[in-house]
Amino acid sequence: RCLITSSKSQKQLVQRRHFCLGVLPNGVDRNSEPYEHNSKAMEGLISQLQSHITKVLAGGGAEAVKRNRSRNKLLPRERIDKLIDPGSSFLELSQLAGHELYDYPLPSAGIITGIGPVHGRLCMFVANDPTVKGGTYYPITVKKHLRAQEIARQCKLPCIYLVDSGGAYLPNQAEVFPDKDNFGRIFYNQATMSAEGIPQIALVLGSCTAGGAYIPAMADESVMVKGNGTIFLAGPPLVKAATGEEVSAEDLGGATVHCKTSGVSDYFALDELHGLALGRNIVKNLHMAGKQGLMNGVQNRKPEYREPLYDVNELRSIAPVDLKQSFDIRPVIARLVDGSEFDEFKKLYGTTLVTGFARIFGQPVGIVGNNGILFVESALKGAHFIELCAQRKIPLVFLQNITGFMVGSRSEANGIAKSGAKMVMAVSCAKVPKVTIIVGGSFGAGNYAMCGRAYSPDFMFLWPNARISVMGGAQAAGVLSQIEKANKKKQGIKWTDEEEETFKAKVVEAYEREGSSYYSTARLWDDGIIDPADTRIVIGLCMSASLNCPVEDTKYGVFRM
Amino acid sequence: KTTPPQQQQQQRIEKILIANRGEIACRIMRTAKRLGIRTVAVYSDADKHALHVKSADEAVHIGPPPARFSYLNGSSIVEAAIRTGAQAIHPGYGFLSESADFAQLCEDKGLTFIGPPVSAIRDMGDKSASKRIMGAAGVPLVPGYHGSEQDIDLMKLEADKIGYPILIKPTHGGGGKGMRIVKNANEFVECFLGAQREAAASFGINTILLEKYITQPRHIEVQIFGDKYGHVLHLYERDCSVQRRHQKIIEEAPAPNVVNDFRSHLGQAAVSAAKAVDYHNAGTVEFIVDTVSGQFYFMEMNTRLQVEHPVTEMIVSQDLVEWQIRVANGEPLPISQSQVPLSGHSFEARIYAENVPKGFLPATGVLHHYRPAPVSSTVRVETGVEQGDTVSMHYDPMIAKLVVWGENRAAALVKLKDCLSKFQVAGVPTNINFLEKLANHWAFKDGSVETHFLEHHKDDLFVDPNNLGLAKEAYSGARFSAALLAACVCEKEQSALKESPPGDNSVLSIWYAHPPFRVHHRTKCTMELEWYSEYDSSGPKLLPLSVTYLPDGNYLIEMEENGLSRFKVKATHLSNNGFRVEADGVSMDVSLAIYSQDWTKHIHIWHGSHHYHFRQKLGLQLTDDDETHHRTSFETASHPPGTVLAPMAGLVVKVLVKDGMKVEEGQPILVLEAMKMEHVIKASSAGYVHGLQAMAGQQILDGSVLFCIKDE
Repeated sequence: RCLITSSKSQKQLVQRRHFCLGVLPNGVDRNSEPYEHNSKAMEGLISQLQSHITKVLAGGGAEAVKRNRSRNKLLPRERIDKLIDPGSSFLELSQLAGHELYDYPLPSAGIITGIGPVHGRLCMFVANDPTVKGGTYYPITVKKHLRAQEIARQCKLPCIYLVDSGGAYLPNQAEVFPDKDNFGRIFYNQATMSAEGIPQIALVLGSCTAGGAYIPAMADESVMVKGNGTIFLAGPPLVKAATGEEVSAEDLGGATVHCKTSGVSDYFALDELHGLALGRNIVKNLHMAGKQGLMNGVQNRKPEYREPLYDVNELRSIAPVDLKQSFDIRPVIARLVDGSEFDEFKKLYGTTLVTGFARIFGQPVGIVGNNGILFVESALKGAHFIELCAQRKIPLVFLQNITGFMVGSRSEANGIAKSGAKMVMAVSCAKVPKVTIIVGGSFGAGNYAMCGRAYSPDFMFLWPNARISVMGGAQAAGVLSQIEKANKKKQGIKWTDEEEETFKAKVVEAYEREGSSYYSTARLWDDGIIDPADTRIVIGLCMSASLNCPVEDTKYGVFRM
Repeated sequence: KTTPPQQQQQQRIEKILIANRGEIACRIMRTAKRLGIRTVAVYSDADKHALHVKSADEAVHIGPPPARFSYLNGSSIVEAAIRTGAQAIHPGYGFLSESADFAQLCEDKGLTFIGPPVSAIRDMGDKSASKRIMGAAGVPLVPGYHGSEQDIDLMKLEADKIGYPILIKPTHGGGGKGMRIVKNANEFVECFLGAQREAAASFGINTILLEKYITQPRHIEVQIFGDKYGHVLHLYERDCSVQRRHQKIIEEAPAPNVVNDFRSHLGQAAVSAAKAVDYHNAGTVEFIVDTVSGQFYFMEMNTRLQVEHPVTEMIVSQDLVEWQIRVANGEPLPISQSQVPLSGHSFEARIYAENVPKGFLPATGVLHHYRPAPVSSTVRVETGVEQGDTVSMHYDPMIAKLVVWGENRAAALVKLKDCLSKFQVAGVPTNINFLEKLANHWAFKDGSVETHFLEHHKDDLFVDPNNLGLAKEAYSGARFSAALLAACVCEKEQSALKESPPGDNSVLSIWYAHPPFRVHHRTKCTMELEWYSEYDSSGPKLLPLSVTYLPDGNYLIEMEENGLSRFKVKATHLSNNGFRVEADGVSMDVSLAIYSQDWTKHIHIWHGSHHYHFRQKLGLQLTDDDETHHRTSFETASHPPGTVLAPMAGLVVKVLVKDGMKVEEGQPILVLEAMKMEHVIKASSAGYVHGLQAMAGQQILDGSVLFCIKDE
């Protein structure tokens, strides 16, 4: 096997290349100008990201946090820390959901979701943040809750709901209550996941009113904390209004009532820490629930793996912030995969798409990365490679940096639409775990072929420099202004150049805003923005979660030939 | 002198029963094993799983835990020896070792008692008889007057002869009652009369004796050995002056600050003492040395192997237990007096389970963690316990003897201090910390040992709660130790998880990677440690600390109490309890002991010469009461049969019948409105309506009594 250990001795590396098949070269020159330029720019993006994150981690503000503490309640992330195995990792999702979405801040959309192990069993956590608007459900809160359930269903992860919520946010009820993917879907998911054998566990750590009351009620098992936990369909004020009955919250729906009389809850906890300990115990006793055929993914895994040969922190310096500049995806791959070993498939054909086999933390993966515009050949190569991985049940990692498919008469004549469709068909139908990372641009049909959000990758993350839109702002402005010009002409209105420029600038500005990674992540078009240096570990954790259940066989539709 | 008797040669010892327990039993067995002699242990119920039982080839149960039913029960011990075919009994020290009756019993049953002749035990066991014999043999005794003539003038004359200060002591009684120290002749009469009165009142007899009062005494004893041919030699002296509660804590050999001339005089006196009672086997002659005059006087003779015999063994390079067995076998002493070597210096520190601040009261408990100092050719640890054993109330609370040897006293002392700091015991309070203070004391270093050492230096040796400087130092030490401990605990947890992830391995070990992953922030955990300061009796100090896992694998430990302290600590887990820790640019070995007891997690930490003990609350202690005592206000009232309760809270819309009316089963009685719906309440059975008081427009509570249907 390859004996190269030094990352710096490139000369040596080149010399030995012929018998070190598949080891990627460093590909990054630390002393070059672009390196310095890119790392500076990325540094700025990361520190901006960090400042947003810092705000979000503080929850609903000092006052609310203090009030929460005075009730002997922990913050949601602290609650999760006490539930997961001590010293274990936690993959938090969509930290910046709700970012600048409403007129006031809604840190993390008022709900913390993520994956972590409890007694060695990966679980999905959904924790209301009572310091953010009383833990009530805004439309984005519902969306984040449902996304967590979607991942849990797809990976067969037991769900632990840490309930501390005032229920639906009433002023926005029209966007929260009635539609298919609204509040009611939470309970539908609980019911159907429970039916699929995926354990549903609720820990009632605070109030749990109205619709929220169904979270513990629909759970397989639930815990209630004395004093803090309450469950009722209607709180004391509403009860008084409806029936005239006057009753305290504790007597109406406290832990004693529900553990002793109503049977709505199963475990009585004296305080929050006791409740969390009971929650861990429930997971300990799950045994085989939701676990059929678990060994499927594990067989592929090599227990031992090597770290990449090159510093993963250099991932912060590869992608240019200016998306017009292209960059080679291979140095990125070299910093993601075990031992920087990458066995490239069809290297010389359709070179704008890089495909190949590697391992991440011992898990075999197929990697599909963009190296430019997609041509007919690149699309065919992509479809071919995805088919290979699906047949071998090798999970796929998509590294998106794509401006789109090639346009123009020659391309159309070559059937670019047909070739692109083949790749989209392969991506859509492949049943292997898929993780998409947008490391640069994600435009047009390229987003589809490279497993964008609509293609249900198991997980999808963005780098801070990522941009997503149907096309570039300038192109859109060009197209729109031509149409507008034609319209005006029809109406006989003259359009000055100045007016046209203003029109174009407006379009560009809107695309600029709506294409940003924050705009995307605030709306849950992804599962979060990550530090490029964390990409390897994040992919590893995602793969591990995805392989918590067996990989199904893939069936394709009709490929247009 | 004489030829060995025939039968003794035939009865060569092949199997020994050890009529003792603990470290001395183990120590005797070790030598016996080396000589190819099989061993039999005896044990009480309390010692069923003790180390001395495991170490023996055979073991015999001899009775319940109290010593008088077991280790002091001579006849069952002798029976055990006969049952197992042992030819000899070694009594160790304590228990039956100085019982002439037991030695006689062995002899009667044809067993060899490994010890002196019965007569010597008897003679030396009687304190006044022994003094008489020694006086006759020319061994110096403390000058005094023991006569029956009690005339005050005569007594005063005797006192003047002895020289002041003088100790006046009633011949009967004890406990210091009636004792007087007379500093000069002027005080004599008054003190004498006072003592006489007090003695008469306390004991009914007012006879008084006079003795020279030694103001600065040392306790020096000489190890002697004799064989059955009248040869007796000495193996130099031991200084056992440092005592607490009249029990030795640190012994050393040879005695410090003693000239060779004095040493040989002392040795000769001891040999004379032994010869005076036809002594054979191991014995110790104790002397009191007046450090002012340089005189020494006979105190008593111990007719057994002593606890502190190893210090002698270390300086003469001999195995005294082997000598005991050989002498018992009828062999002559292996060397002569001139061949006895004297090399280097040795200390013994006795490690006790005891409560030093409470006046050295014996302590009991489980040895949850027991890691004695590592042994070598110059470090011996004599112990009879293992980790997990219980130090019970039935026997002596000594855990171990730490014996060290060095080329000279200073070298041995360095080693003693080092070994003490490495001696780890957790679960019971010990005197280790106190021994360390003692060993580090300047006067001890100088060898200025004397019987009142602890008393004279108590300000240095005992904790003074008013010493704010030391209290503060201890507190900051505790904080630092807590920081190291937190890092080690996290590191251990992490490495255990990484090695064997919980569950069924369906989860990749990367979830347990170090440091644990978080998206855009660092993993933090909190810990709350309780620490009891020696300087503060008001209760535990709470040390809340937060641990942040840093990306480089280090831990950042922060404590906010009394100003923010931050420690960056790197911990490497070496073995089960061992760590290499780097903090503040210094890297050091750290050991932890963790055990749970009474709903509390105890964590001990040792680093350098420091040992700290912290406690952590272990969750909640749940009782049945906690879960059943909660009741809601409307719960569980019982009602007579036929009672109809409101099925829900609501508004009464209509009342369809009058109170007292006869109704059919199922007949509507009243209508309730709740949840925007009307509910009709019907008669549960046929009969008469009683107690119907509801009226239209009235709010009624859930579960309230609406009416009752009765037969009449």
